Amino acid sequence: MPTEELIALKTKADQECRKHRICVCAAASCQSIGADLVLKALATALAESGRAADVELRAVGCIGLCSAGPLVRVENEEQSTLYREVGPGDANELVGSVEAAPVERLRIDTTAPFFARQQRIVLENCGTVRPENIEDYVAAGGYEALCRAITEMTPAEVISELTASGLRGRGGGGYPTGLKWQTVAKSADGTKFVVCNADEGDPGAFMDRSVLESDPHRVLEGMTIAAYAVGASHGYVYVRAEYPLAIARLKTAIRQAKAANLLGQNVAGSRFEFSIDIRLGAGAFVCGEETALLASIEGRRGQPRPRPPYPAERGLYGRPTLINNVETFANIAPIIQRGGAWFASIGTERSKGTKVFALAGQIKNTGLIEVPMGISLREIVESIGGGVPSGGRIKAVQTGGPSGGCIPNDQLDISVDYDSLQKVGSIMGSGGMIVMDETSNMVEVARYFMEFSMSESCGKCAPCRIGNYQMHELLCKLLAGKAAAADLTLLEELTFTVGETSLCGLGQNAPNPIKSTLRYYRHEYEALLSASCAAEEVAQ
Amino acid sequence: MTSQPRVITLRIDDREISAREDETILQVARDNGIFIPTLCCLEGLSNWSACRLCLVEVNGASRLVASCGARVTQDMVVKTETPNILAHRKMILELLFSERNHVCSVCVANGHCELQHLAQRCGVDHVRLPYRYPELPLDLSHDLFRLDPNRCIVCTRCVRACDEIEGAHTWDVMGRGIDCQVITDLKTPWGASESCTSCGKCVHVCPTGALSQHGTATAEVHRHREFLPYLTQMRGEHD
Repeated sequence: MPTEELIALKTKADQECRKHRICVCAAASCQSIGADLVLKALATALAESGRAADVELRAVGCIGLCSAGPLVRVENEEQSTLYREVGPGDANELVGSVEAAPVERLRIDTTAPFFARQQRIVLENCGTVRPENIEDYVAAGGYEALCRAITEMTPAEVISELTASGLRGRGGGGYPTGLKWQTVAKSADGTKFVVCNADEGDPGAFMDRSVLESDPHRVLEGMTIAAYAVGASHGYVYVRAEYPLAIARLKTAIRQAKAANLLGQNVAGSRFEFSIDIRLGAGAFVCGEETALLASIEGRRGQPRPRPPYPAERGLYGRPTLINNVETFANIAPIIQRGGAWFASIGTERSKGTKVFALAGQIKNTGLIEVPMGISLREIVESIGGGVPSGGRIKAVQTGGPSGGCIPNDQLDISVDYDSLQKVGSIMGSGGMIVMDETSNMVEVARYFMEFSMSESCGKCAPCRIGNYQMHELLCKLLAGKAAAADLTLLEELTFTVGETSLCGLGQNAPNPIKSTLRYYRHEYEALLSASCAAEEVAQ
Repeated sequence: MTSQPRVITLRIDDREISAREDETILQVARDNGIFIPTLCCLEGLSNWSACRLCLVEVNGASRLVASCGARVTQDMVVKTETPNILAHRKMILELLFSERNHVCSVCVANGHCELQHLAQRCGVDHVRLPYRYPELPLDLSHDLFRLDPNRCIVCTRCVRACDEIEGAHTWDVMGRGIDCQVITDLKTPWGASESCTSCGKCVHVCPTGALSQHGTATAEVHRHREFLPYLTQMRGEHD
């Protein structure tokens, strides 16, 4: 049952609603190529056209097709037209197209697979609501799930719905979310915390950033429902400092939610209280690891600690703590609204729901997509992604960032789900997907990721601290044509030790890019060896 | 009313052993004469689990388990010396040797060094990896003690002893990854440290030649560890 505040916000949104709408994507990517100027030009054009009374101009979040930005959408109740690479000079034409013929030279075909094949749950409001206006979120059904959970469900029923959904952690671990919530709920009574991991660190990944910039209330609602379910009274969003727009929008959203009694004391008029604070990272990838993240919030050095005990039992300040990723929290409200069974009807047997992916690299349609689990990797990169821009062949797809692996072209028909990706030597990871064409040197790819892991290692445990450095040195030696066969053997032994003995996930997974490229592209490694031996022969 | 920890039985290396359920696998192994190498661990200091030398295989665990921190449980089955574990121990020791300037023949701790001793014990007779040879400056500013970071393995025993036992917290770790170092105060010279009490505990818990007393030359370091048994009594309940 919606509260008075929610009804008031919805009424406000309805009153402000005009017949036509022009939406300009104002997320980080489009902003970096001039979306602000486009917005200004459109405002001027609208004012001069005298149509401001029935045409609303709004700055929205990420529409998804980042490679075609700045993106602008002109729509009304019956139809919607999406425009690409809009410049300030196109403003008059676009305003003129309202209730008239579309501007063909800029129009994007939204029946294309990039749009048609997506199933947007996490991203359903991205690109439609104004990120800094809570009334838009409420008008789209926001906070109904929270009210329903608090007024009509017990915490146990909420967890039961979560478990039925089959949702697994979207940060990369894939741990069953319902199970984690249940563990925290059952942990010692007293102070408990809910923490949102927004320290998205994988190079090329920007799924969480987009959700936070475009639809921050969704994440807050998910955290609040979680707090109700597990018995927490305080929450933190740990955001990397490199996301200033996301931080600003989160701050605004928290303030608005508090004002609408959706955070703070007496949430939605109940006796449940929950408040959220923001904590900023300071440039360490390792602080995305849950125990290092909690140490960082406590003001200590961002280093992981051995688990068990897991944060669900002993976390922030020694208290039971629920820590989930941004995308995981963004799935909560729809699951409560539409039911766990609905969510479980999407995806595969062991990987339910959808996943947001950030497409990058040698691919035509770079940007953000959300697809049901179980879709084939080939369909994502060739159909939705549009394949290699030059028309060349896809050599491999890298998933999972520095913890993941490369999947060669002949394996692209696998289903995108947690288990299948693991079987081919990669991981789902947080959703970064980098497409490579035939110009990519796979040993260099491995070296690039190892350089990243080496520089981000916290230094606590010996295998990761020194092992990553030594593996990187060996890869450099290979690429310089100076390595012998014994060096390759040594490299493999190092991947084995570092992977098996490191203290946390960073070290345990750092060797994955090497392991995966050795599995499918060993000949590229060996070719570098031959170059070195051949050089020696010539010298003799 | 405090409850007594239960006594349980487990198997370590095919031996049936009894233990208290609040003991770690490492403690129980050592009590029964089973060798498990450690470097960052020191009884009386908090658990650090970072050298990764104490890893053992436990039935039912998907990964190797750090025996210094894991409590024993009823019917636990532990293996301390599988071929994999032995290979890992050697590799980790070799990694440590390659990281900084561990040249025993000219080191003050030659013959009295835990890193050296473990290398001998675990059969490391050569290092397959290239030595980094960083040129880290020594800190000789303190009137009694000195730090040679080129012998440091960042085990953080000094950090923990100073923080948890002496309470001064003079030592801590600065920097990240391969660049991390132990420093005094906010990277002030040790001699100018405002927090150091010159108690010397850090010197005596250091496993290598990194921390030593002025005046000790090659192979002359002697640790005075008589106070170590009192470490556990000096602190209260800790995990």
